[in-house]
Amino acid sequence: MKITFRGVRGSIPSPGPNTVRYGGNTTSIELETDDGRIIILDAGTGIYPLGQNLLKQMPLKCSIFITHTHWDHIQGLPFFVPLFVPKNEISIYGAFDPVFDRSIKDVLNRQMEYCYFPVREAELKADIQYNTLRERQTIEIGATKITPILMNHPVLNFGYRIESNGKSLFFTGDNEPLFNIYGPDDDYYLEYEVLIANKNRMLADFIKGVDILIADAAYTSQEYPARKGWGHGTFDSCIALAKEAGAKDLYLTHHEPLRSDNDLDNIYSRLQEQYSSVQGIPQYTIASEGLEVRL
Amino acid sequence: MNNKKHDMISLVEKMPAFPRSVHRVLELTSDINCNPKDLIEVIEHDPVLILKILKLVNSAYFGLSQPITSINHAVVYIGINTVKNLALSTATIGVLPRKNEAGFDMDAFLLHSLSTATVARLFARKLKVKDRDPFDFFLSGLLHDFGKIVFAHFMPHEFHKALSMAKEKAMHLYEAENEIFDIDHAQVGSLLGEKWQLPSNIIEPLRGHHCQDGNRSVLTEVVNAANQISKELKMGHSGENIIEKIPDEITALFGTDIDGIVGALGDVKAEIDKAMLFIKI
Repeated sequence: MKITFRGVRGSIPSPGPNTVRYGGNTTSIELETDDGRIIILDAGTGIYPLGQNLLKQMPLKCSIFITHTHWDHIQGLPFFVPLFVPKNEISIYGAFDPVFDRSIKDVLNRQMEYCYFPVREAELKADIQYNTLRERQTIEIGATKITPILMNHPVLNFGYRIESNGKSLFFTGDNEPLFNIYGPDDDYYLEYEVLIANKNRMLADFIKGVDILIADAAYTSQEYPARKGWGHGTFDSCIALAKEAGAKDLYLTHHEPLRSDNDLDNIYSRLQEQYSSVQGIPQYTIASEGLEVRL
Repeated sequence: MNNKKHDMISLVEKMPAFPRSVHRVLELTSDINCNPKDLIEVIEHDPVLILKILKLVNSAYFGLSQPITSINHAVVYIGINTVKNLALSTATIGVLPRKNEAGFDMDAFLLHSLSTATVARLFARKLKVKDRDPFDFFLSGLLHDFGKIVFAHFMPHEFHKALSMAKEKAMHLYEAENEIFDIDHAQVGSLLGEKWQLPSNIIEPLRGHHCQDGNRSVLTEVVNAANQISKELKMGHSGENIIEKIPDEITALFGTDIDGIVGALGDVKAEIDKAMLFIKI
């Protein structure tokens, strides 16, 4: 399997001289399996250059798995040119919206309504199939299996485990480690601790032993307290998750829009100092746009 | 009646919550820094809000290995913002009118539900029930009469007749309901629970809280007993004028009568007052 990061930025695209090395596009990850299937994780603005690249493979068959439908993970979709080309077959997967009881199709189509986009979804020429996923429902694409699990974010967010030809990968989408909303003196404190521990164990079991973990590391631990509850992890929380799950390789993504290339380099240096003498830490890399990983 | 029953249960999807909790949800959710604990407390004290959230998290969309019966568990599982928006979407439907054409007092009903729930939880603590969460007892008490608000809201004229019949003929309200609707509130509540895939241990007391025979779970017996205590203490009213006998199993456990049991449970009134605080305007 070949993994290519097409967008590693969180929240909003961040073009400019300070982000040329790590890139400014929002989340999109391309997977090309050993049996030649194209699987795309998220449709942030990084899916636009990916779409351009795929034009040479027409007619195209590909699958897009949406972790969640916040703008930075879907905004590139209307600009994914293969959707406009007849004979392309594109399957789109994602969670349902429990608040308004809408399918993934309904949620995504809203961003192509008259007020937001000149072309209606119904006018797209490719053969598009939408699939609203249930948690832990496994989808098979050729020899590859993809299974979603709920993560912690201010909207339903699926993390996806991908198994392909004996290799495995997990992408968190956006995820904040759970924290207790009660104080030690509250009646519910202990109960909540147990619930968190159970959920964490379930997640670690689900991720267990993956070759590659791609995780939301939006903040540094110093930045986090002021952003607690916003739904994102830290560099340290991602390293802890990778360690607990026994992941072999960790890729840190969802960089803050104002985070410059130099900032990210400095963070990497600090992490190296911090973890150099700690046992059992997996390999970790700060993901950058265009980075290719062979698995 | 079957079709009518079906329609009525479908309508519950659009049923609004109680005025006090709707007001609190709107107030809390208008603040970006809303404390999740406050929101959870409000949801936990409104039968409509809690039922709708449990309905969702226990639905087939989620790959749960075991059912969820507490809002804290729901929050850990789907996140506070989703729970908040679910509560808000129910709150924006409107409010359950305090007065209805059935002449059924919704404030008194809510107090009866909350007091039954609170007493059921006190039982759970006193009995140190190990295999069940005390919150399951609270939840079962809170929801035990849910069928009555379905009648009052969607079939008020017929429910008015049932309420009058029960009073005039000094019969149980569920008997009058059966005469008029061919179904009673306990059956409506359990049908809803089944349709919405609530855990079976919660559905059983909804169905069986007036049932005197058969093998009942401790949860059902406790809800039955808590229901009688709530009526005895006159903490609210839910249209039922007859106080039934406390189940023999409960009486045997405490070795005393209803007054003795109330004494053994601790300061019941103070606990109920505490429960009411969470939904105060």
